[in-house]
Amino acid sequence: MWPAVLVASVGAYLTKLAGHLLPGTVLERPTVRRATALLPIALLSALLFVQTFWGPDGVSVDARLAGVAVAVVALRLRAPFLVVVLSAAVTAALLRLAGWG
Amino acid sequence: MSEPGPAAGREIRARALSIGVAVGAYAIGFGAVSVAAGLDVLQTQALSALMFTGASQFAFVGVVAAGGGAVVAIATALLLGLRNGLYGLHLAGVLTTPTGDGGRLRGWLRAGSAQFTIDESTAMAMAYEGTRTPESRRLATRAFWATGWSVYLLWNAGTLLGALGAASLSQPEALGLDAAIPAGFLALLWPRLVDRPTWALAVAAGLAALLLAPLLRPGLPVLAGAGIAVAVALWLGRDAPGGTPAELVDP
Repeated sequence: MWPAVLVASVGAYLTKLAGHLLPGTVLERPTVRRATALLPIALLSALLFVQTFWGPDGVSVDARLAGVAVAVVALRLRAPFLVVVLSAAVTAALLRLAGWG
Repeated sequence: MSEPGPAAGREIRARALSIGVAVGAYAIGFGAVSVAAGLDVLQTQALSALMFTGASQFAFVGVVAAGGGAVVAIATALLLGLRNGLYGLHLAGVLTTPTGDGGRLRGWLRAGSAQFTIDESTAMAMAYEGTRTPESRRLATRAFWATGWSVYLLWNAGTLLGALGAASLSQPEALGLDAAIPAGFLALLWPRLVDRPTWALAVAAGLAALLLAPLLRPGLPVLAGAGIAVAVALWLGRDAPGGTPAELVDP
């Protein structure tokens, strides 16, 4: 795991540094700018969907979805990140204790 | 070349501190999830100290937890961090030397400012840069460093707290970790869903990734699904959503 942690960290730093060193014209092309704005949205949503619905037996609706649904409620109530994550975890754990999902 | 007024300085310090506290609470969640995902406390801390960009760190441990392997975890984290390069490009024209002579940062100051180039510090600098007069650039620079330090210190403190907390539990993975990770992604995605095109993109990327999941190794469906959705969005030529760091501040 250490090589992956270090490679990803160095890569992330070099990405930041590149912006400070490159001439403005390199990354200011509209397509690059838009792709950079869109990419986090697409990646985070793809991660969200796969980790909510995908499991060893394919697509399944289980306690994870209930946890994410509670997280939506917490976000709409403007709860802080820690509360959002904890409420999802506790919801899923309680449902499993009750024998579902 | 006067110093920023005491009122502006106080305002910057107060705002930087409140952002740092919010981000520090988030870091507790990150630290706990990372240890529950199988990284040890030191590796978790290294991510916060060295990688220091929240969404990428969360994606990294999320992919590891899902069995996606090192290469996919690195690729996902780096793609999520690309926006920091764009922030750096913007900041390079704003940040100025401590003497306030309008010069750009060089050497160690520039190397340090690169590490602090994240959503929160960029948004704070943009809030103060105004029309980029020498005076407003000095204020923006001050806001950038204050926010950078506040977030860096509290982010790392929160990470340590969360990681140690999770490490002290006997079975952290039993406590709904598999629901906590997607909830974390949702919380990062939420402030970015600013209009109809962003919603459409998010749903398309999610469904594409799920459709590809039976066909590809773990982790790859996320990269492929997101890549396809972004390519289609660019091809359709829809208006790019938001995209300014001010709207992209992590919760």
